Amino acid sequence: MKQFILRRFGYALLSLFLLSLTIFFFVRVTGDPAALLVEPGASADDIAAIHHQFGLDRPLVVQYAIFMKQLLQGDLGKSFYYQTPVMQLYLTRLPNSLILAVVAMGFSLLIGIPSGILAAVRVGKFWDSAGKMFALLGLSLPSFWVGLVMILFFSVYLGWLPSSGSGTPWHLIMPAFALGWYFAAAHMRLTRSSMLEVLGSEYIKLARIKGLPEALVIAKHAFKNALIPVLTLAGVNLVIMVNVAVVVETVFAWPGIGRLLYEGISFRDFPVVQGVVLLGGAMIVIVNFVVDILYAVIDPRIRLEK
Amino acid sequence: MSVPAQIIDLPVADAPASSSQRHWFRADFPVIPALILLTIAFVALFANFLAPHNPELGSLTARFKPPFWQAKGSYQYLLGTDQLGRDVLSRLIFGARISMVVGFFAVMVAGVLGTTLGIISGYLGGWVDQVIMRLTDTWLALPALTFAIFLAAIVGPSMWNIVIILGVTYWTRYARVIRGEVLSLREREYVRLAIVAGCSKWTIMVRHILPNVINSAIVLGTLMLGVVIITEATLSFLGVGVPPPQPAWGLMLSDGKQGLMVGYWWLTVFPGLCIMLMVLSANILGDWLRVKLDPQLRQL
Repeated sequence: MKQFILRRFGYALLSLFLLSLTIFFFVRVTGDPAALLVEPGASADDIAAIHHQFGLDRPLVVQYAIFMKQLLQGDLGKSFYYQTPVMQLYLTRLPNSLILAVVAMGFSLLIGIPSGILAAVRVGKFWDSAGKMFALLGLSLPSFWVGLVMILFFSVYLGWLPSSGSGTPWHLIMPAFALGWYFAAAHMRLTRSSMLEVLGSEYIKLARIKGLPEALVIAKHAFKNALIPVLTLAGVNLVIMVNVAVVVETVFAWPGIGRLLYEGISFRDFPVVQGVVLLGGAMIVIVNFVVDILYAVIDPRIRLEK
Repeated sequence: MSVPAQIIDLPVADAPASSSQRHWFRADFPVIPALILLTIAFVALFANFLAPHNPELGSLTARFKPPFWQAKGSYQYLLGTDQLGRDVLSRLIFGARISMVVGFFAVMVAGVLGTTLGIISGYLGGWVDQVIMRLTDTWLALPALTFAIFLAAIVGPSMWNIVIILGVTYWTRYARVIRGEVLSLREREYVRLAIVAGCSKWTIMVRHILPNVINSAIVLGTLMLGVVIITEATLSFLGVGVPPPQPAWGLMLSDGKQGLMVGYWWLTVFPGLCIMLMVLSANILGDWLRVKLDPQLRQL
């Protein structure tokens, strides 16, 4: 077990290292960051001064070492546009993203779990096909389009919900639904296959042979065990949601991390873009690591795997 | 001897095929999705002849015209016009070309990259396998969408940049699946015979392994098409994808946002419907291919 954790930890560190290297490399190689900082038509001297100020005239290896050192100290540089540290910007936006992700997760589980169970119980029948269709639709509709159509319907025509911004719970409904929609399909699929696996197991057969009513077998015996993988996935997806909300947050002007990324792109605010991507990637690497370890704790077979 | 039905009558992931489904190419072939994709491909190919107007030039006197069946609409602009007076229908038609080109080439780039690495990794094994798989795992751990946005933001918007970026973002799935298949193919008799016959590693990989994994690559490619098209639309929507004035569907949605609050619904609804139709068709077709062509992928 110790060896397993150490190995996984090594992989996670390697991932983080490659992540930082990739981001560093791409920023430096694909263009001169100084060109983004100066006014168009700046003299060569101005550019050289900026190069010196940001240490861009040093060898790449030295630059990377400095970049990593600052990174480990939690220093992601200063935003060009806001003139505040990126880390601080990120942390002020993070709570908004978390609220949105939690509510979106609520929606997706509320839709995904019951429909997944229904599809599993009625496997091969109408509800199963309907569920399959729903899952396909979930994967095929871009979330930002779902958002736009919802604005059109609920804000423009019906005037029930605010189209953008934040502040009241009403502002949350549409972005959370648009974000949760895509994940509902994934949760439905997993609930269905997990339910099917449990329903085929020995103890369910026993429960049926005992003469328990089918509703009780499903609700009490099968559902609980089928829920474990779904909740694990939900945990991972929550982190992913925080990081893929960029389009939904843009559509609804929700002041989260995704919106920060979008602003970073629009204002050519490079440290912000770099910081958000770096932190998002790190978050996902860490969650994957934690899930790997948790799985190994639950299931000893995984530990022995190479 | 046949097993009594009730014994094996446990719930399984897929219902067994009935006898009418045995002629698979006729019975449950998804005709409509295939037709939709063919139509989009046709429209994309002949966009120059089919589009009634120039997609990038509008007349400012004809801004925000609704579709023809609405009060102020006209037959001149069947699906209305946008904020610059450009014909929505023509833009959709040329947009099909962009989606098709980006979708096809991005999947090709990802497929070639991933399949090559998968075969090399699976066949050679050893430290080569280790290096490639660590790289794949790392890449998989990155949030694909955010990473694509990041790359697009620094490389700068252009259609071919997007193709490369999407290819570079999505090759990992191919590498993983193909490697897994090569691991089992490697042990087959005919590969061993090829080794005995003195074929070089390169020859075995190209002549004997590749043809056997191409099915899986095609299935994955069809399934990836939907993902790639949505990602392209997302990038264009955020302003880091296909640059204006080109008529990418995602870009049209982004432009349409301006008219949304005043109820110019056609600028939002039509491009989105196009994306949905194309992605849904690709997904249904991919799903069908997955079950029919490649039993090993059924578990995906």
